[in-house]
Amino acid sequence: MSALHIKKGSSKHSAYNLRPTFSDVQERHTLALLVENEPGVLARVIGLFSGRGYNIESLTVAEVDHTGHLSRITVVTTGTPQVIEQIKAQLGRIISVREVHDLTVEGPSVERELAILKVVSDGDKRVEALRLADIFRANVVDSTLESFVFEITGAPDKIDAFADLMRPLGLIEIARTGVAALLRGT
Amino acid sequence: MKREMTGAKMVVQALKDQGVDTVFGYPGGAVLPIYDEIFLQNDIRHILVRHEQGAVHAAEGYARSTGKPGVVLVTSGPGATNAVTGLTDALLDSIPLVVLTGQVPTFMIGSDAFQEADTVGITRPCTKHNWLVKETDKLAGTLHEAFHVATSGRPGPVLIDIPKDVQFATGTYSGPKPAASHYQPPVKGDMEEITELVAALETAKRPVFYTGGGVINSGPGASQLLRELVDATGIPVTSTLMGLGAYPASGENWLGMLGMHGLYEANMAMHDCDLLINIGARFDDRITGRIDAFSPKSLKAHIDIDPSSINKVIRVDIPIVGDVGHVLEDLLKVWKARGRKTNREALAKWQAKISEWRAINCLAYKPSEGTIKPQYALQRLEELTKGHDRYICTEVGQHQMWAAQFLGFEDPNRWMTSGGLGTMGYGFPASIGVQMAHPDALVINVAGEASWLMNMQELGTAAQYRLPVKQFILNNERLGMVRQWQELLHGERYSHSWSEALPDFVKLAEAFGAKGIICKDPKDLDDAIMEMINHDGPVVFDCLVEKHENCFPMIPSGKPHNEMLLGEAETKDAIQAGGAVLV
Repeated sequence: MSALHIKKGSSKHSAYNLRPTFSDVQERHTLALLVENEPGVLARVIGLFSGRGYNIESLTVAEVDHTGHLSRITVVTTGTPQVIEQIKAQLGRIISVREVHDLTVEGPSVERELAILKVVSDGDKRVEALRLADIFRANVVDSTLESFVFEITGAPDKIDAFADLMRPLGLIEIARTGVAALLRGT
Repeated sequence: MKREMTGAKMVVQALKDQGVDTVFGYPGGAVLPIYDEIFLQNDIRHILVRHEQGAVHAAEGYARSTGKPGVVLVTSGPGATNAVTGLTDALLDSIPLVVLTGQVPTFMIGSDAFQEADTVGITRPCTKHNWLVKETDKLAGTLHEAFHVATSGRPGPVLIDIPKDVQFATGTYSGPKPAASHYQPPVKGDMEEITELVAALETAKRPVFYTGGGVINSGPGASQLLRELVDATGIPVTSTLMGLGAYPASGENWLGMLGMHGLYEANMAMHDCDLLINIGARFDDRITGRIDAFSPKSLKAHIDIDPSSINKVIRVDIPIVGDVGHVLEDLLKVWKARGRKTNREALAKWQAKISEWRAINCLAYKPSEGTIKPQYALQRLEELTKGHDRYICTEVGQHQMWAAQFLGFEDPNRWMTSGGLGTMGYGFPASIGVQMAHPDALVINVAGEASWLMNMQELGTAAQYRLPVKQFILNNERLGMVRQWQELLHGERYSHSWSEALPDFVKLAEAFGAKGIICKDPKDLDDAIMEMINHDGPVVFDCLVEKHENCFPMIPSGKPHNEMLLGEAETKDAIQAGGAVLV
């Protein structure tokens, strides 16, 4: 379903119409784009967001089709319903963007993010960190006598929760991939 | 047919295969191989401008007056950056352009080489699409794709950046294959929505067509269909600045232009209508005035080829994504099949109401015997040129609005003006592009002296190619529109809005080998205009007009359509604090 083929912003054919006219309510949407993997394509997408004043909460990019040279960009964005519709329509206008999907509308979808966290501590704190990691099903991917590096996968709020717990236990550094998402079912 | 050739030769070959006859450009180090190929052939004319901005505006004038894409060739670095204003102008007005820029050789990109600029980076937000071609084998395909993208869907400017080593190297050339492109925007509208619009149209009591540049861009066929639809239904039609000429100014259902300086009857009709049919316009802020008071009683339909235009500014009830020509064709078919119905009785009342508004004569101005009123100058220009095969360009400002109000356009592609970007300096080079495309036509650029000076170097181009463009300068020695806003909004403190040290335009014209005419007495005006028309060559007409004339009617910023100012007496405190921040 290419952005150019569906009725973007159509008032009558989407749930968007059921909301109040130009509502001020901020919504969080996860968009999945299939783009031609050519130089500058990411700049086109993020340039659109910065140029038109839209938000990017998370952005993930990688080539997913090596023969067709297609990359998948997952963008998490926030805005009023009207802004979200505009973002999708504007993305659909970019020549290198082949498809635009709003997983929040087309969903339900699976959203996952990977994070690695470095925790430096000793004594009880070190034991507690390991115990919590076990509860969150985080893996230890590196350890020294003073530190652990944990790897955790999950929805962004799960990672937030884990990071919050690790902070008093000696969290000194965190790297997150941003969200990757797919629609559930077939 | 595949052939081996150099990249430079491919450029020229691709232009020929795309049917290009004219290129506007300026040479430089990074495009010399292409210029060499241009030297070696006679099919494509190259017009040497005096500044790259002029090349882009000239190509815009060519494109808008012909419906074909305009082509520009400039060098790297400053050549490319000078083209940026023109690209942005073309993007906002949806004008198809193919701009070719030279680039430093691939192995020097990123080294801050001489005349290197990140051209694709700089022009990414001001083109519909752009490419940096790093392999000669990919050049031909990219060139053809560029023409396809520029002219398909919503038209716009595209740019190809070609490094010098790619121009020298040899590769395989193949001809155009538009079907091979992934970019295939749909042109047909949804029949269900179209039928719904027809149903609304059949019963509407106070309908109005609000047309825009999309009708012109869709081609002459779309204008024909619009005329058929308007005249068959008797529904009044107004247009944006960009759409003038799609419906003839002499047509009986014509309301005139709408918007900030649009006609009273057009704006009142927009405000009071019960069905608003937007055809190829985009609810620009010059049109809508205050958004929350915009056409409050109407059901709104919007026909646009660009899905992002739908619900961008104004929420519509019947969105139709498609090409204007295709949608109007289907719309007419459905309307005819359903028995050509309209609400005749209500329409007659509506037309009577519109006649009342029209009777207010909103374009009236105080005539003067001693000085030339700018409105009068345009009325005389209209009277003396309307029978001609005429094309009008403008610069940006008061003169532009007066030209839109007082000149009548009977056909599409006859009116070239910078609508979206409002680029002072657009009109003169645009008139050169128009004249190149229509050598025997009367091409007039209605200008203000300040705008005109922004690209006056193009007088050299006009003189070199003996282009008989007429520069009709309404000279008020002011930045008139800025002055008007300062009067209304900034306590009559005219900060830097007058033109001091103006040249003697007659001598200036003569210095370039063109003809100069000066006129300051209304009694001499007709003869002077005739002298301008009859001179076979470029003319700079310095028309000294009333210096403090304001452009009316006017919707003050922050106000709705039904609160127009009709004249000087109403201007006091017309704009309040909320409106003052608006442009």
